[in-house]
Amino acid sequence: MSARLDVKKTYKLYIDGEFPRSESGRSYVVADAKGGFLANASQASRKDARDAVRAARSAFGGWSGRTAYNRGQVVYRIAEVLESRRDQFEAELRSSEGVTPAKARTFVDAAIDRLVWYAGWADKIAQVVGGANPVAGPYFNHSAPEPSGVIAIIAPAGPLLGLVSVVAPVIACGNTCVVIASEPHPLTAITLAEVMATSDLPGGVVNVLTGSVAEIAPWLASHSDVNGIDLTGVNDPDLGRTLEEAAAENLKRVRRPGLEDLLATPALDRMTKFLETKTVWHPMGL
Amino acid sequence: MPNNSAQFEYAPAPESPAIVDIKPSYGLFIDGEFVDGHGKSFKTISPSTEEVLAEVAEANDADVDLAVKAARRAYTRVWSKMSGAERGKYLFRIARIIQERAREFAVLESIDNGKPIKETRDVDIPLVAAHFFYYGGWADKLEYALPGNGNRGADPQPLGVAGQVIPWNFPLLMLAWKIAPALACGNTVVLKPAETTPLTALLFAEVCQQADLPPGVVNIITGAGETGRAIVAHPGVDKVAFTGSTDVGRAIAKAVAGTNKRVTLELGGKAANIVFDDAPLDQAIEGIVNGIFFNQGHVCCAGSRLLVQESVADEVIAKLKRRMKTLRVGDPLDKNTDIGAINSAEQLAKIRELSDIGEAEGAGRWSPACDLPQTGFWFPPTIFTGVSQAHRIAREEIFGPVLSILTFRTPKEAVEKANNTPFGLSAGIWTDKGSRILWMASQLRAGVVWSNTFNRFDPASPFGGYKESGYGREGGRHGLEAYLR
Amino acid sequence: MTTLKATAPPVGPDPSAAFADATASESALRRFLHGLPGVDQVGAEQRAAALGTRSIKTTAKAFALDLAIRMVDLTTLEGMDTHGKVKALCAKAMHPDPTDPGCPSTAAVCVYPDMVATAKKALGSSEVHVAAVATAFPSGRAALDIKLADTADAVEAGADEIDMVIDRGAFLSGRYLEVFEEILAVRAACARPDGGHAHLKVIFETGELQTYDNVRRASWLAMMAGAHFIKTSTGKVQPAATLPVTMIMLEAVRDFREATGQMVGVKPAGGIRHSKDAIKYLVTVNEIAGEDWLDPDWFRFGASTLLNDLLMQRSRMRTGHYSGPDYVTLD
Repeated sequence: MSARLDVKKTYKLYIDGEFPRSESGRSYVVADAKGGFLANASQASRKDARDAVRAARSAFGGWSGRTAYNRGQVVYRIAEVLESRRDQFEAELRSSEGVTPAKARTFVDAAIDRLVWYAGWADKIAQVVGGANPVAGPYFNHSAPEPSGVIAIIAPAGPLLGLVSVVAPVIACGNTCVVIASEPHPLTAITLAEVMATSDLPGGVVNVLTGSVAEIAPWLASHSDVNGIDLTGVNDPDLGRTLEEAAAENLKRVRRPGLEDLLATPALDRMTKFLETKTVWHPMGL
Repeated sequence: MPNNSAQFEYAPAPESPAIVDIKPSYGLFIDGEFVDGHGKSFKTISPSTEEVLAEVAEANDADVDLAVKAARRAYTRVWSKMSGAERGKYLFRIARIIQERAREFAVLESIDNGKPIKETRDVDIPLVAAHFFYYGGWADKLEYALPGNGNRGADPQPLGVAGQVIPWNFPLLMLAWKIAPALACGNTVVLKPAETTPLTALLFAEVCQQADLPPGVVNIITGAGETGRAIVAHPGVDKVAFTGSTDVGRAIAKAVAGTNKRVTLELGGKAANIVFDDAPLDQAIEGIVNGIFFNQGHVCCAGSRLLVQESVADEVIAKLKRRMKTLRVGDPLDKNTDIGAINSAEQLAKIRELSDIGEAEGAGRWSPACDLPQTGFWFPPTIFTGVSQAHRIAREEIFGPVLSILTFRTPKEAVEKANNTPFGLSAGIWTDKGSRILWMASQLRAGVVWSNTFNRFDPASPFGGYKESGYGREGGRHGLEAYLR
Repeated sequence: MTTLKATAPPVGPDPSAAFADATASESALRRFLHGLPGVDQVGAEQRAAALGTRSIKTTAKAFALDLAIRMVDLTTLEGMDTHGKVKALCAKAMHPDPTDPGCPSTAAVCVYPDMVATAKKALGSSEVHVAAVATAFPSGRAALDIKLADTADAVEAGADEIDMVIDRGAFLSGRYLEVFEEILAVRAACARPDGGHAHLKVIFETGELQTYDNVRRASWLAMMAGAHFIKTSTGKVQPAATLPVTMIMLEAVRDFREATGQMVGVKPAGGIRHSKDAIKYLVTVNEIAGEDWLDPDWFRFGASTLLNDLLMQRSRMRTGHYSGPDYVTLD
């Protein structure tokens, strides 16, 4: 009796709620922890990045216009679906990163819990960082945060927890994003995209590109329709500086490279970095 | 009908300049003392008379280095160690001295900047004092400044030395916006006023001395673009705060790329002031006038694009023209002057150029008849009708008393046009319908939305832009975030 | 309730014809008045305050003081008024500063109807008018026929001007047409047998109307009914005249002329005691309505103590030193 032949998964990009191959037709080899062949991943091009930005921009109005409560529910739904597929993620983490089963479980637990944490923030952040301003005059005056718009994210290594830690705060607050997944470990990112695609998250809110950071990131950093860029996953200081310089062209909000302890409870800065404060005045009179 | 014979001509009502004592030349204020610079010097002139007011030192790299080092010493040895309560008391003391010397500051600001004494007296200087009062009160309450952020409210820390570069449109007010929160949070500063308006900053340096502020906590160094660049580039600067043009803001953002310097930028704007057909029209007219002619239109958040609903466009334009005929342009020190001098020959040239372009592009140009003085830099209040989004005068910041008037038909169209700009600093909405105000306010991509009012400022109210209008907020609790970690 | 029939006014163009549609029914009138642009209180008060910061010096001040004197309706409206008091008031109105023949006389004296004849006699052939408050001043709480009789009585006694009060109760309960028709009726009662007519000033008692929206609506209502002047207050209710209220009314007369070509006068009354305040009003007249209104025919101050302050300031301008209350006449 011959062994059953495995059905191997094709890892593609995630743009506008769809899973296209790179328009360039390119792919690259993703190795497992021992250096063996694990899978082919799509190698995104600048045109894929452009399409992803376009998708993120068209999703922004609808997503930012939803109630914060609803956004929180959608992010929580991602956590639910992730929980239901946790075995698959643990397996992927073990094979791609070579971590122990216990460690894989810790990372998956933390990723799920992080999503729940940010889901809860969606309808609270405005109360914590906004408020009434007691101006010296007959005016109602208040400040509230609003999402900056389309955010480009260079995701850190740590394909699941790292990705969740940078994406969840951005979308919980109403931004949409284009993420370049960890270059050596892109597969979990695409599997997470599959989770998002089945979690009530509207197409275009999160777009995932896999491929060369050095190749794609400059196009996002210089893109005039991108409002902010998160350089967390950039390891090369020269690249970091170049990207920040390019981002200055349209005054993008920039989170500089560097990663906090992902297992610790986060601060608010991953949300506030990509929030604008809007202050509204109105006279009070008869 | 009327049989009035005599007209009610307001006689000149000049504020006396005798109260200010302008020295022939000024050095740099470093480490608590006025010192000679190592570089060249430049002249600051009165834009209303072109008369030279004083010779001012142009700080070079060595001067910048001295100032940053003095600020660092003051930071490590004194200011960061002082209790918040004591720091706050210095700020309160400064606020009081500014109130006591308000008339002097108002006159000097008017002379050096060209803006009307009415505005320096009633707006600029009172707001300066208010800013120092407001942030003085924060200095010992910083554990409440950053809810949940960074150290999660526990013990926020100052950043160190702040390098601050400010513009010429509100010289002393922008100084207050920069220095008050920086000092309250425990930072020390090196501040450069704009090259055309250094005098009130130098008078402020005297106030620091009068308040016995420890030497080096505030350093005021004068100069132009090179001096500003040197401050931004200095490795001893931990934080850069800039207010000015978007182009310079871009350059600063590039200059700090790859460093650990924190930066906040408050840049240009092209605000839409949106008037619906159900607006309180007389107040809307005032809001339009205040929006674009306040401070000669040298205001980053000026309502330089009037979007008026088509159904009331003719009426609004007619009322606006009638109102503009009562604007008094002239001597900044006359208490009845509404519009003073343009700040510099360079700015006047830019306003003229863009206005000529507006005319060449086919927009209808109109100004009331007004006698402009022979010397000095003057531009009459001007409106352009029939402007479309494609016109340059609808897209570029003119930074002068020039209003572009566009029309819209529906609220959605108003929002689309208002947001159709790389800027996002401010916006205005005029309507009597409450729910429409809130909907519009939520749709406009701008950091400050004035509904049924315009150009209101308060130290408790955060101010700053979306998109290419910059990032970070000044004013309010939010203003502290730029100076803490 | 009395139903009124609009009677043709004695003379002058009747603006009510131009607004026939707007005044055709209670609902049409409500739609019209509520369709006027709203007034934002904060913005309006800021504008008025800004006008109050104008600095009026030297020649401009001298011009303003004389103009203000010429605009005063020198007023006594007390329960204890006597013929003697009114005669003294008239003497003061004709020659406010007996030591200075160059000092102008006031526009009018303003008295209760029973004092009109006395005032008329005392003023003789001078140009000072007699204004009488009528229509159950100050509350206006009387039957219409009594208000009309009150008016006719004053006109018959020789009043040149009638200062009527509107029915604020009717206005505030939204019965605008009733207010409108009452003004028409009083206007008709201003007719004199010789074919002339007394000028009609319509008092809103803005302190009771409370909102600027109401002031603007009342202004249009009165102007559409043919008021020659619109007047803020009786002086018996606080607040009486304020600069912002007067500014709103000046905007209304300006806009009314724009719409109809007809000028209507404005009279703030009560609470204006100092020259400095009077000058702020004149600045407001100048910059809101325009210089055409800088004339006693189109702007008046209803006041009593203001006159002496104007005189003291005038003396200060003339002599270069400050005057004191003992140097102006108290009557």
